[in-house]
Order: sequence, then C-alpha cells, then structure tokens
Amino acid sequence: MKEKSLIDLLHNVQESNSKNYVSKDLAKKVAETSNLSLSKVYGVATFYTMFSVTQRGRHIIRVCRSLSCHLANGESILHKLKEVLGIDIGETTLDGEFTLEESSCLGMCSIAPSMMIDNVPFGNLKEEDIEGIIKKFKEGAL
Amino acid sequence: MKIYRIHALICAGAQCIAAGGNGFEDALKDELKKHELLEEVNIIETGCMGSCQLGPLMVVYPEGVIYTKLKPEDAKEIVEEHFLKGRDVKRLMWKEKETVLPSLSEIPFFAKQTKVVLRNCGIINPEDINEYIAQGGYEALGKTITEMTREDVIQVIKDSGLRGRGGAGFPTGKKWQLAYEQDSPIKYIVCNADEGDPGAYMNRSVLEGDPHSVLEGMAIAGYAIGAQKGFIYVRAEYPLAVKRLEIAIKQAKQIGVLGKNILGTNFSFDIELRIGAGAFVCGEETALINSIEGKRGEPRKKPPFPVQKGVFGFPTVINNVETLANIPVIIEKGVKFFRSFGTEKSPGTKVFALAGKVNITGLVEVPLGTPLRTIIYDIGGGIQEGHSFKAAQTGGPSGGVIPSQYIDVPMDYESLASLGAIMGSGGLIVMDETSCMVDVAKFFLKFTVDESCGKCTPCREGTRQMLNILERITSGKGRMEDLELLEKLGNTIKLTSLCGLGQTAPNPVLTTLRYFRDEYIAHIKDKKCPSNVCKLSSEVKNERKVFNRSSS
Repeated sequence: MKEKSLIDLLHNVQESNSKNYVSKDLAKKVAETSNLSLSKVYGVATFYTMFSVTQRGRHIIRVCRSLSCHLANGESILHKLKEVLGIDIGETTLDGEFTLEESSCLGMCSIAPSMMIDNVPFGNLKEEDIEGIIKKFKEGAL
Repeated sequence: MKIYRIHALICAGAQCIAAGGNGFEDALKDELKKHELLEEVNIIETGCMGSCQLGPLMVVYPEGVIYTKLKPEDAKEIVEEHFLKGRDVKRLMWKEKETVLPSLSEIPFFAKQTKVVLRNCGIINPEDINEYIAQGGYEALGKTITEMTREDVIQVIKDSGLRGRGGAGFPTGKKWQLAYEQDSPIKYIVCNADEGDPGAYMNRSVLEGDPHSVLEGMAIAGYAIGAQKGFIYVRAEYPLAVKRLEIAIKQAKQIGVLGKNILGTNFSFDIELRIGAGAFVCGEETALINSIEGKRGEPRKKPPFPVQKGVFGFPTVINNVETLANIPVIIEKGVKFFRSFGTEKSPGTKVFALAGKVNITGLVEVPLGTPLRTIIYDIGGGIQEGHSFKAAQTGGPSGGVIPSQYIDVPMDYESLASLGAIMGSGGLIVMDETSCMVDVAKFFLKFTVDESCGKCTPCREGTRQMLNILERITSGKGRMEDLELLEKLGNTIKLTSLCGLGQTAPNPVLTTLRYFRDEYIAHIKDKKCPSNVCKLSSEVKNERKVFNRSSS
C-alpha cells in the first residue's frame, strides 16, 4: 500500500489551493489520478468536515466546541470572533483572509476555551485576546 | 557525550505551546546567549507533563524545581537568579494554600499518580529515539522477537488482563488471539489515534510525548498476530502529534527497530500514518477501516469483525493508543508488575483527562479502581473556590454522568457501567452547581446529531428528535410526557443503531434523567433553569443552524 489514500490526496490538493478548498478542477484531477469516479471523490470530500468544496479564506479558524470549552464560556469567544471578523460560522471575511469554523474537540480541554488558526493552537482564551491574535496573524507575526 | 550543569525541561505539549510556551523558550534562549550559558544549560523540549492548566511549564534539574505559567519576561529572572546564582525564583513556583512547593515529588498532583502509560511523557525528548532507548525503550521488542514465540506473547498479554483503553474494555489478549488464529498471508495492526471524544486528550499527549512507546507496542502486536504492516490513524486536528510520529517512524527505521528484518531477525514490520479529516464516527473501528481505505467513514455491520475481515478485507487488530503504550511495559516488567495496579477485573492504570471546574486540570494517571473522590480532591485539588461538586461526566457523548452521591465510586469498567456511565477513553469533566444538567445533555446530543454519519435511521433521525424535545424543554415549552418520550426514544436508539456511536448517543440524556430528573421537571413545570444556564424564553434559538455542518 505505498500509494496515498484518497483522503491524503484530498488533503494535499486542498493545501495546495490558496482558497483552501477542493475545487471542481482539483476534484477532477484527483479522480483521474486515483482512477475513481468524480462522484466518489465528492462523496468523500463532503463527508469530512476538514474538506471544503467551496472557497475558503487563506487561514482557517477552528473554534473548539467541546464540553470543557462550553463550560469555560467558549460561547463568548465565538461571539467575539464573529464580531471582530464580521462573519458567521462557515463564512469567509471579505478580504479572503479568514474562514470561521467549529471543531468538535481540539484536545486542549485543560486550557479551555481554545481554538486553532491553521496549525497554531491557542488556549486559555479571553475575549480581549481575540482582536490582538487576529491582528498578529494578519501581519504574519504568528 | 557532553555534560551540562543544568538541564531545563520545557513542556512542548500542544497545551503548553498554546498557552505561550514558544515565546518563553525563545526568550530563555536569548537570555542564555546573553550570559554565555548555552554551553552549560541544556534545554530539552519534552511532551506533556500533565498539569496543563499551569502551563507553560519548565522543570529544572538537578534540583527538580518546577516553574509554572511562564511568560517570556520571566526568562531574565530565571537565568540571572536560578541559573547564575542558584536561587529559586519562588514567585514562579508551584503554590498550594500559600505554600511554595519546590519539586515534583512534593506536589500532590504528581506524587499521587502512578505513571505507567505516561512513564516517559515530560521526561524525554520525544524527537530523539536515543532518549526513549535510554529509558529502556525497544528492550521489550527485542525480547519479544528473540526470546518469545508468538503464542508466548499472546499468553502474557492475556495473563496481564489488559483491557482496551479506547472505551469498551475488550480484553486485548483475546483480540490478539482471535487475529492470530485467522489463516491469512496478510494481516494488519491499526492504532486508533482518532481521539474524538470531547474532553479527552490523553492519546494526543502520548503521541506527542512518547511516540515510540506506541510504535513499539504495535511492532510487538504485529509479531504476535503475524502482521507485517501497521497503520496509525491519527486526527488531522493534532498536527504536532503527526509531526512527532513522522520523526519517530523515521528514526526507528534508521536504527532498525522498524522495517525489514528487525534487529537482524526474520521479523519485518512497517508502520504508515493515515491522517483523518474530521469525523467523530471514524473513531468507531469499522468506520475507521473505511477511512483508512480512503472511503467515507461510515460504519460497517458486524460480524464480520475486524479481526476476521478488516482493512482491505484482511484480519486486522485495532488497538487504542493507550492500550499499545502499555504493551512494552507488560513485556518488560512482567504480568505481576502490571497486575500490582488496579483491580482483579480491571488491572493496570488509566489516564484521565481531568477538566472542568476542578482547581488543577490536566492529565492524571491512576490505578484502575481509584475512587473518583481521590482524583478530584487529592490530585485535582478539589472544586474551584466557593463551589461544590455536582457531577462528573465520563466518556464524552457516549458516556454519562456520575452524581455527587457516588463520588466514592471506584473508577473501573464495571463500577462505572453499573451507574449508567462508561469509562470511555477517559474524559472526566467535573461540574459544579453552576452547570445545568439538561444543558449538558443537550450539548452532547447536538454533538451526536452533528457527527452522526447518517447511514442508519435510528441514529440519524432518532437523535434529532431527542434534540428537538430537549430544545423544547430548555426553551420553556416542555411537557411532562416529554420525559417518558425521551426515555423511550433513547432506549430504542440504543437497541437499534448500527454502530457504537448511535448505541451510546442517548447515554448522557438517560443518565441525567436518572439522576437529575428534578432539574428536567423544573424546566418544564416551573419554566426555570435551577442553574441559570438555559435562557428560558418562548423563542427556540436557531442553534441547530450553527451546529449542522452538513448544511453549511
């Protein structure tokens, strides 16, 4: 089994896309290289939450919605993010920088509430931290 | 080998990094450079030390002084005071009840734990195989493949009484025996590292802090059942774990403890990583098999069981991360050592992810059968100030709640099951009186509705109906007959769902109904949330839009 699985391929093509999604062209290419039907590729791409078949921002913000984060007032972090970014869950900012998403559990329950921007984890979040984090991320400082 | 005057172990677990650990480490290196101490102080990045809430953490040897909640600006003081003048920086040390506790052995949180699975976490550099070997790593693999027959290995694991740490507690030796008996030229070992239970992160810490223990466990399992290939199915949400596993596999192959003809024997075993893509159901073993094969992570019906027909149709043993990390210890130190912890039916230790309203949250490893009270009060330092213990939720959305009257329950598989809860993967979320139990049940149900793969009707439709009822109750429109309806629906879903996800989904509702029925009644009859969490109003909040990813 040296060849990559369909999920690995989808991760790769999604990462290579600046809009962070599996476009129709990319899906077609994956289908061809892996000898699968396009519907099969779409079936997999739409099943997993980390894949998207619609355009997303350059950075993906994943807010943890685990019970630990919920009990630690994670809701207020989500509200603050919506306010700072001016978007709802699943939406992308107008400048194409950020897409806001939820994650079931990021495994950082002891430092709840938490979130991840791309691969960078953040914990012990307070409402007042959000604006600074977003600003720093935009500037490429994180 | 170079000798250093001071060893500074900095926790590089995801939680400490998230709390700002990188910034401190950079600042520390700058300070060391400034004082020309880089030749005298060895900075070592370790895996998770456990007390995540107090991170970023650093332990300084030879004294073993532990510093907590480090900020970049603390680096100067530590270098100038401690490293140069040998004076502890009291202000940054662990404090309990105003007393400064200088070293790990004096802090109850660490002293009262028994570390078997987490033996190397926080002690070694997970990115250096030599440090694992220096702790006795890969000795068990060597012993297995040079001194033991396959049957011997299986017998030892059977005798140890080790049970699967992923949740269900199936005897590991028995699973291996079944796979061993299958007549097939190809077999697989799969490490289930798709830790999706909200509130549990012990697998993450083992993978990040001691990846070789899992690789070694897999190779031993491979030898026992006759497999030459293993897969680790790990969540994409854990990029640091993926990175450290990649490094570990590469290093293990370089020195010949993985790959062809391991340690010069005729046993060959290779491991490949498979990255998930965000689906809770993929932690269920048959869904995981589909996902490894690159398909949608939908469960298959059992039988055939994975040991008969698993990955690509071949016999497959699927073991959890924590289960596998136990294997080298059992082989190396023996059955008697392993059985010296835990109970007769549940031997060994269990790692719990202690979270919620306790004073010290983090990873806690204790012998199975340890009373819940010990974990919460002696190790976790009790409930956060001014509040009292109300309940603990175990096993995430598959589990249930343990109310305060059962706080002395021994934490083992049977005792928890008798209360309607489960061990699960070891998530332990502590709640005080500010938590509403109806809200908690609703929370988990939303999760299940969102994560249901949709293949079978009871799980797809049934859990949604239960959620509708709970939303009705928490918005003040509940009816008394809703309670019976919830129980009836819940029990039906348990009996008729295809896989473990659906079969356990109603548990949080059923256990809260069992122990906190009065709270449900208060929501319905008095239109009041006793904990002031539910905003009882006539409008039902359109929260499902938010949770339903499939429609977004």
